[in-house]
Amino acid sequence: MTMKMVTLRIDEHTVEVPAGTRVVDAAKKVGVDIPVFCYHPKLESVGMCRMCLVEIGRPVVDRASGKVVLEADGSPKIQMAPKLETACTTPVSDGMLVVTTSEKVAAARREVVEFILTSHPLDCPICDKGGECPLQNLTMAYGSGTSRFIFDEKMRSAKHVPLGELIYLDRERCIQCGRCVRFQHEVVDDPVLDFYQRGRALEIITRSEPGFDSVFSGNTTDICPVGALTTADFRFGARPWEMKPAASICAQCPVGCNIVYDVRREAKSSGKPVIKRVMPRQNESVNEVWICDKGRFVHHYNESAERLTQPLMRVDGELTPVSWQQALETAAAKLKEAGKGLVTLAGGRLSNEDLFNLRELTRAQGGTTLLHTHMGGGEWTRQLGLNQGSNLGSLGNGDAIVVIASDLHQEAPLWWLRVKQAAQRGATLIVLNARPTRLDAYAAHALRYQPGEAAQAVAGLMGNHKTPAAFQTAREALAGAANLVVFFGSDGLGLTGTRALAQTCADLLMQSGHYGRPNNGLVGVWQHSNDQGAWEMGYAPAADLVGSLKKAKVALLAAADPVGDEPALAKALAGADFVIVQEMFLTASAEKADLVLPVAAIPEREGSLTSGERRAQRFYPAVPAPDGVRPDYTIAAQLGQRLGLELEGRAAGLVFLRLAQSEPAFAGLSYQALSTAEEQWPIVGRRDLYFGGTTYDNNQGMGTHLQPVLKAGERPAAVAAALDTELMDAGDNLLVLPHTRLFDQGSLVRFSRLLVERVATAELRLNPATAKHFGLAEGVAASLNLNGADASVIVRMDDALPPGAAWLPRRVGVPLWAPAAAQVKVMERD
Amino acid sequence: MSQYLLLRHRELPDLDKLSGYRAQGGFETFKKAVNDMSPAEVLTTVKESGLRGRGGAGFPTGLKWGFIPNNLWPHYVVANADESEPGTFKDREILENNSFQFLEGLMLASFAIQANVAYIYLRGEYWQLAKQLDRQIAELEEAGLLGKDLFGSDYSLNLYTHLGAGAYICGEETALLESIEGKLGQPRLRPPFPAVAGLYGKPTVINNVETLANVPLIIANGAAWYRSFGTEKSPGTKVFSLSGNVVNPGNYELPLGTTFRELIYTHGGGIPHGRKIKAIMAAGASSTIIPASEEALDTPMDYEEPQARFNAPLGSASVIVMDETVNMAWLVSKTVNFFKHESCGKCTPCREGTFWMNRISHRLVSGNGSSADIDLLDHVAHQIQGKCLCALGEFSTMAVISGVEHFRPDFETLVGN
Repeated sequence: MTMKMVTLRIDEHTVEVPAGTRVVDAAKKVGVDIPVFCYHPKLESVGMCRMCLVEIGRPVVDRASGKVVLEADGSPKIQMAPKLETACTTPVSDGMLVVTTSEKVAAARREVVEFILTSHPLDCPICDKGGECPLQNLTMAYGSGTSRFIFDEKMRSAKHVPLGELIYLDRERCIQCGRCVRFQHEVVDDPVLDFYQRGRALEIITRSEPGFDSVFSGNTTDICPVGALTTADFRFGARPWEMKPAASICAQCPVGCNIVYDVRREAKSSGKPVIKRVMPRQNESVNEVWICDKGRFVHHYNESAERLTQPLMRVDGELTPVSWQQALETAAAKLKEAGKGLVTLAGGRLSNEDLFNLRELTRAQGGTTLLHTHMGGGEWTRQLGLNQGSNLGSLGNGDAIVVIASDLHQEAPLWWLRVKQAAQRGATLIVLNARPTRLDAYAAHALRYQPGEAAQAVAGLMGNHKTPAAFQTAREALAGAANLVVFFGSDGLGLTGTRALAQTCADLLMQSGHYGRPNNGLVGVWQHSNDQGAWEMGYAPAADLVGSLKKAKVALLAAADPVGDEPALAKALAGADFVIVQEMFLTASAEKADLVLPVAAIPEREGSLTSGERRAQRFYPAVPAPDGVRPDYTIAAQLGQRLGLELEGRAAGLVFLRLAQSEPAFAGLSYQALSTAEEQWPIVGRRDLYFGGTTYDNNQGMGTHLQPVLKAGERPAAVAAALDTELMDAGDNLLVLPHTRLFDQGSLVRFSRLLVERVATAELRLNPATAKHFGLAEGVAASLNLNGADASVIVRMDDALPPGAAWLPRRVGVPLWAPAAAQVKVMERD
Repeated sequence: MSQYLLLRHRELPDLDKLSGYRAQGGFETFKKAVNDMSPAEVLTTVKESGLRGRGGAGFPTGLKWGFIPNNLWPHYVVANADESEPGTFKDREILENNSFQFLEGLMLASFAIQANVAYIYLRGEYWQLAKQLDRQIAELEEAGLLGKDLFGSDYSLNLYTHLGAGAYICGEETALLESIEGKLGQPRLRPPFPAVAGLYGKPTVINNVETLANVPLIIANGAAWYRSFGTEKSPGTKVFSLSGNVVNPGNYELPLGTTFRELIYTHGGGIPHGRKIKAIMAAGASSTIIPASEEALDTPMDYEEPQARFNAPLGSASVIVMDETVNMAWLVSKTVNFFKHESCGKCTPCREGTFWMNRISHRLVSGNGSSADIDLLDHVAHQIQGKCLCALGEFSTMAVISGVEHFRPDFETLVGN
């Protein structure tokens, strides 16, 4: 596709940009900063603030001949427009002359700044934005220095307006640029903010209950060009210049958003550096300049007083603090003893380096490596996952995306946003789920299947299974797609169901040839940030975890809490001879362990994660680890050392090199490659007058896709649609289906007090007809007997859900990972 | 008075009833147009008549209709009955007494651009008129003059009224469109212009009530007949809303090109109590204040002369007369307060500038100002000019700049020594 290019002059520069580019962006390209407030390259331009006024001239065209009139010297004659024009709304045109340096333009900037400041409180000394504030910067650059407005005549407004529990609005500081309103309406389609009133009384209000109900709300504080919007987490927390940024990767979901931890030393933390806030770091191939509220606000676990800081060993039935040396020697002896009886159960929260060293350690003993997850199918994402050159941001007209059995908005908010945007750019979006989700609104085809029949639905999409007529239409839409990305998740499914689903999706991709090239392949909506990395290294969930744990001589659990997850696993683990747990906190599994080794959290160490898009990305140390904790990869290396194994443990980068040598998917990758930065367009994060401080530019690397596992032309192992199903009919009992919520009661969320109100509770949602059948009514407390445990839930009616089943979130205190039959009874009131 | 084209109800009985209007040949023109004329013929006649928009800008109506592209559908016509310029009350008289002529004009405009739906946007205070129009639209439907497949043709048309909620800015055509769409009344960026992307993003013609009321007579009697009224560049008659210090305020329908003197003295009965005329505002609160010199009084009121001589556009021709007792600084404070109240707040210069000017002018008229404040007021007004998103901000400066320029002594007397 060739783009029409336009050449114009901006001051003394000549620049060539695609037709349709706004003058402000063309200027940025040649390093000319046209000041803006309301304009943001990710939002529709509205021309409200008038800060970007410039002089624009266009070539004079002779009406009769249609030719450009020339000056005596042969240059085109330029007619300057009588009025200044807004650079943010004016598209470039051939031969245009833009003047940004004239006295007329300087006067306009000075005057607009003066107008804005007439109503501004000028409370920079106590404002969170002070020091990284576009208004402050532009006032310094273009303002007059003195005020002609009488301070006492300033308009007074409310200064601490909670728009919700997460975001505060200072109405005096607000300059009515509407960036927040447009972000909520245009970008994330949560239109919960609006303008209200008019004239000088124009103000921002929230229209939702609870206030500012959006999982993307924190982004408005980044793009706010003044200190009007602040997070409850950070407000009055620190001055921007006191903080040091540390690049990192968000580890809350498989998207792998690029983030920055802003860190400062604090007296109340005994002079130790602490994380003050989390900001997005621009990566147009991953999260652009956005992050979700979970990623922004969940960082408090790291500073919790509940962190384990020394090894614990069971002595006389009690967990007792011991030295690292004693702990490691005991562990090494047990591992040696165990030999093939070693079962290593790893969680997807571990880094690539941790997983690699744990695998090497386990393999050397002849033991088994297992991934702790309720989701299967990684063998297919490994072979058919995304490769170098893939970017969801480049999918559009002519491409197709299939999302099946996932509520992306809750499970991976940035993927939801990127898929939605691809659909809005013209990509054909097909959403399949047993229940409605928020992605349906953008889908060309939103299809339903019977609970549990996700794989059948995909087979139906291929024409291999009897399905309603709507599937036929969707199949036809899919047939002509240039590129196809399939996301599969575990909404309403467990291990067996997801494995069958992934395999059927793989079949679809292979049948249609959508693999082995950029922007084609299979993406798992995993539950952890590095599940994909684990699969790449050969970790897989056990077919029978209960059996595996029961038989284990030594069970080594790293970032996995089977005891907390399921009573059956707790029972099984009791059967293991010796249990070693590597953890940050004293989890339920740690409480039952024989040996507990405290580990460093992600912001306290180096490492890398592999996103669901198969992009390996580095994270860097932001704060020092508490005394006494060690990274998982170091622990594994130190255990290895005692067992005569030469594992690398000195630095994560060295472990990664070993990984690159050992694992073809990582071949040729290195920390240097992962930390290569590329210029991102549009330019948003540069710390200058333009959008100063509103997001971070990316100097620490964009990450790199893993290598294709299949060689060019090689086909994956034979695959056929797998239609194994999990429980689909609960007989006289209630069929309860699990789904994943963004703010669940997972081990890390609870430390962020701000998020408590948004955390999912044990609410059983079901269609009123189903509820009636089981004698349930809205709001009643009911008791569920499922998977051998009793759990109490609150019943919620939901007309949108199909009858015949009930939905319950994962990680809300009920051991539910796969579809289950539950006996349900209404609890008697005391 | 020569002849009424728009205020015919003053001469003809029962024009406010459908039977009375039809007795005068009402809706025959519309029927003829649908049955015997092509849309292009209607458009061409209006173009040739030289009719110009009566809402204030004086833009050639036929030209505006001609901008509607024929490859984008559907088309809409919106009648602007938001009449909210202070001192303007002409549309109200037409709507109260001669609404069928306006409706027929709206229907002809719809036919000319082949719109099947047209809206009448009324200011909120005109809710009684909206009820009356709803009744009359129902009558027209009953009579087979509105609805599906009119007069056996394949042309269908329905009309709807829409009430605003009390915002001056919604008289601005793009803010008006936003308001109909249920959004906050703020003007849109242009381009795209409403002719291409108007109501619900579709090609839309927006015409003032008075403009549309001219159309049935133009189609019935021809462009040449219409051009026999008014001047060459500003043909036709105009309803002048006369108010302020005059003996007989009210609406006067006169040919464009009539002088201020004739309107104020011959028709308006001159200045009461034998006082002297001091100044004229020709376009309501959005006016440049014209010092009432002999030359000014002899200026013809059309779309060219007041603009050329005094930088004072005729606007909606709401002529406000001030006698020698009026302090222009006080007058300016009133207009500034009005615009501060009505600014939508979307763009910075208007939102902050009107607020600031209001603070300064309030300071001046309350006797707390200084001579420097007069300069500051003038300077802030100039600072607003040329920077705003729509015309409202510009309008807010007209009276201020001309007031300070021509009547500085009025400001100086308020400044304490």
